[in-house]
Amino acid sequence: MDIFLQQILNGLVLGSIYALIALGYTMVYGIMGLINFAHGEVVMFGAMVTITVISLLTSAGIVLPGPILVLIGLLVAIPACMLLGFTIERVAYRPLRNAPRLAPLITAIGLSIVLQQAAILIWGRNYIPFPPILDHDTIDVFGATITQLQVGIVVLCLALMVGLLIVVEKTKLGRAMRATSQNPAVAGLMGVNVNTIISATFVIGSALGAIAGVMVATNYDQAHYYMGFMIGLKAFTAAVLGGIGNLGGAVAGGILLGIIESLGAGYIGDLTGGFLGSHYQDIFAFMVLIAVLIFRPSGLLGEKMADRA
Amino acid sequence: MNANKKLGVFIASAIALAVLPFVVGSTLGNSWVRTIDFALLYVMLALGLNIVVGFAGLLDLGFIAFYAVGAYTFALLGSPHFDIHLPFYISIPLGALCAALFGLLLGTPVLKLKGDYLAIVTLGFGEIIRIFMNNLNAPINITNGPQGINLIDPIQIGGFSMGKTIDVAGFALNPVHMYYYLFLILTIGVVIMAYRLQYSRIGRAWVAMREDQIAASAMGLNIRNIKLLAFALGALSGGVAGGLFAAFQGFISPESFGLLESIMILAMVVLGGMGHIPGVILGAVVLTIAPEILRDVIGPLQMHTFGRMIVDPENARMLLFGLAMVIMMLTRPEGMWPSKRRKAEFEDAKKG
Amino acid sequence: MAEVLLKIEGIHKRFGGLHALNNVALHINKGEIYGLIGPNGAGKTTMFNVLTGLYTPDEGSFTFDGKDLFRAPPHIVVAGGIARTFQNIRLFHEMTALENVMVGRHIRSKAGALGAILRTKAAREEEAAIEAKAWELLKYVGIDDVAHERARNLSYGHQRRLEIARALATEPKLLALDEPAAGMNPKETEDLKALMEKVRNDGVTVLLIEHDVKLMMGLCDRIAVLDYGKKIAEGVPEVVRKDPKVIEAYLGAAHS
Repeated sequence: MDIFLQQILNGLVLGSIYALIALGYTMVYGIMGLINFAHGEVVMFGAMVTITVISLLTSAGIVLPGPILVLIGLLVAIPACMLLGFTIERVAYRPLRNAPRLAPLITAIGLSIVLQQAAILIWGRNYIPFPPILDHDTIDVFGATITQLQVGIVVLCLALMVGLLIVVEKTKLGRAMRATSQNPAVAGLMGVNVNTIISATFVIGSALGAIAGVMVATNYDQAHYYMGFMIGLKAFTAAVLGGIGNLGGAVAGGILLGIIESLGAGYIGDLTGGFLGSHYQDIFAFMVLIAVLIFRPSGLLGEKMADRA
Repeated sequence: MNANKKLGVFIASAIALAVLPFVVGSTLGNSWVRTIDFALLYVMLALGLNIVVGFAGLLDLGFIAFYAVGAYTFALLGSPHFDIHLPFYISIPLGALCAALFGLLLGTPVLKLKGDYLAIVTLGFGEIIRIFMNNLNAPINITNGPQGINLIDPIQIGGFSMGKTIDVAGFALNPVHMYYYLFLILTIGVVIMAYRLQYSRIGRAWVAMREDQIAASAMGLNIRNIKLLAFALGALSGGVAGGLFAAFQGFISPESFGLLESIMILAMVVLGGMGHIPGVILGAVVLTIAPEILRDVIGPLQMHTFGRMIVDPENARMLLFGLAMVIMMLTRPEGMWPSKRRKAEFEDAKKG
Repeated sequence: MAEVLLKIEGIHKRFGGLHALNNVALHINKGEIYGLIGPNGAGKTTMFNVLTGLYTPDEGSFTFDGKDLFRAPPHIVVAGGIARTFQNIRLFHEMTALENVMVGRHIRSKAGALGAILRTKAAREEEAAIEAKAWELLKYVGIDDVAHERARNLSYGHQRRLEIARALATEPKLLALDEPAAGMNPKETEDLKALMEKVRNDGVTVLLIEHDVKLMMGLCDRIAVLDYGKKIAEGVPEVVRKDPKVIEAYLGAAHS
């Protein structure tokens, strides 16, 4: 029983990070109808920049509590990633808004490669450890354990998601975003500056991505130039699972996917009589993705069909 | 062009292709002949993917999986790993057949998906295949895991092995030379196959489906069958190339079949000129040769100008590749050498 | 008694809460021009899509030329002998006119991938026959002079004709035309009318949806009227025209 609970808790932590990243995918998809392939790289940059800032501060002999250091790191990483997201949209997507759909997909893949290689140039090919500045004190929950850090991750994720929902539902910017997602041409006629809204969407998604990147790095105690690929793919799966274009769906899909993955990794050995082990964990996301697209292409909470060509 | 001139061009290119490995080998060295061999393999792969992406309009980001299936089939049937040593004329067709079956396996569940969704699912499929190759070494050792499979049999015709240098009338014939001719013959076969498919009832059905699936089905086209046919035929070419790759290298491991390889082949198709066979061939050749040239240039150039290595050549190569993809799409999205029809499509799209 | 070609009974089609077709029954006789009219949103296009296999009805029965086509996918419906055009022309825009018609021959030919790759004698002969037939059809609708133009570049009237030629290439027993006169000038409409009569005289039954009630009254042998997903009248034009329910439906729609 405690293994089950432990896997649920692990899944919850992982899932809330997926959810945060999935919001970036789903917002862009909702507004522009395209998959921002380079979003995973924004997440990676968020982690890398934060680690760099923290390392610089500690090596300069500045002694501050761990969480404050992370916060300072984030204060640098978030604007950096916002700028990155803004640039990605400007360079890779805006000039191709009327081009055949393959074109922006290819530029996005190209840009992903460029960003990964840029990361290698700056930070090298090796895993970068997260500086040991955060406590990993554990809390006991009915026989399972969770670290305080992980509790913090989940709480922060939830707070950010609620914040985003409030922005989208209650503010003028949010209203313009919703209008644009329903019909950009009409929104434009109604005086919404569509370009600004699209930029804002990328910038907000990137800020969330940056924070998620740091969470990934703290949770696994490391970062890597290639980390954005797999996590991005899973977050996208989460967005599809929840119903792409739907913010609440991204959150639900992310958490669900995290839990499916942890439970799957925990039990796959038993299920297959020891034939397949936990290193097959990554398969679950793809299986879920394929299953959702076949059986319920609109996702759990979505309305749109998955037939945008 | 009149018939005489055509014949002239044909004979000239036949001679050029026949002597190419020796000219290159004696001027630039045999490592370049090896690169040309790889270029031929990539031409086969790109033409296979072109059936799926270019003809049928199905965006496949996991194409390398079929290459992998062909390669592993060949390797398992011709290496000390299981101590099976089937001749190539059995294991290559078997590998192609297995790849085609995997094509159907992938194609069936994704029939209803389009565009980006299809891209993501095929990407996931490619990753699943790779994860299995990486991990199917326990509890039963099938793929030998990340170590891969070694000592794969070279192609043998009769008692004659393409794995060793032989002497023909005092002339040293290297494996890279022999494989060149084998690959060239098969590549020409794939080119002919692609051309004939394109200008056939099947090829027309693919274009019709790509342009308007609803209208195509209203004309009586069985969308499911023609999609699956595209996946299977594309996979078939990938499988053949995979088997040849295994024989040529003598060693394979999951590392050769990553996402980046799939992207590379897609880039060959798209940057060359999707759906246009000469364009795709050009794309495959350029994207195989150019990185090798860069590899030779970037290092020495840095040493020369800065006196030390600033950027790792491998890193710079990939950086340029990514940039080329972006710049190409922004400035010439129809590719280097598009077909007239495709060019018109892009122009129409620009007009809106 | 005329021979029945197509017969549907008790057809229902729902989209979520919308009951688009409610217990519709109708039959089309061999050799007639049959019209389907009704105010906007009456369910004409839904009916049309059901009859051509694009939509699967929820309930009912559908037989055509002795075959059961209930819930059959489009390619089976086409193979069975029903071909269609689209209201907002759906040609293969980047293909030439000739190629468009050649696609229509797909279902009446059978060369597979292997035949194409090996370029067998049978495959070559079939390909030549496909092309010859396509030329013949382009001549039939009177646009063979633009055979090698891309469909996108054809004039509107030519595109309509091409769509009809493409549909005829499937050798239909029933040709179903979705608002073929939409957007046409009077001259083009007259030509179209002549073409439809020619098609009928050559033995193909015609089903028409049209907004232009006047055109329908002059052209159709029988007409069915749909309103709010129900058939409210069916019969020869003179009778349907005077049917109070039809007048009510059209006037009601005009007044709302």
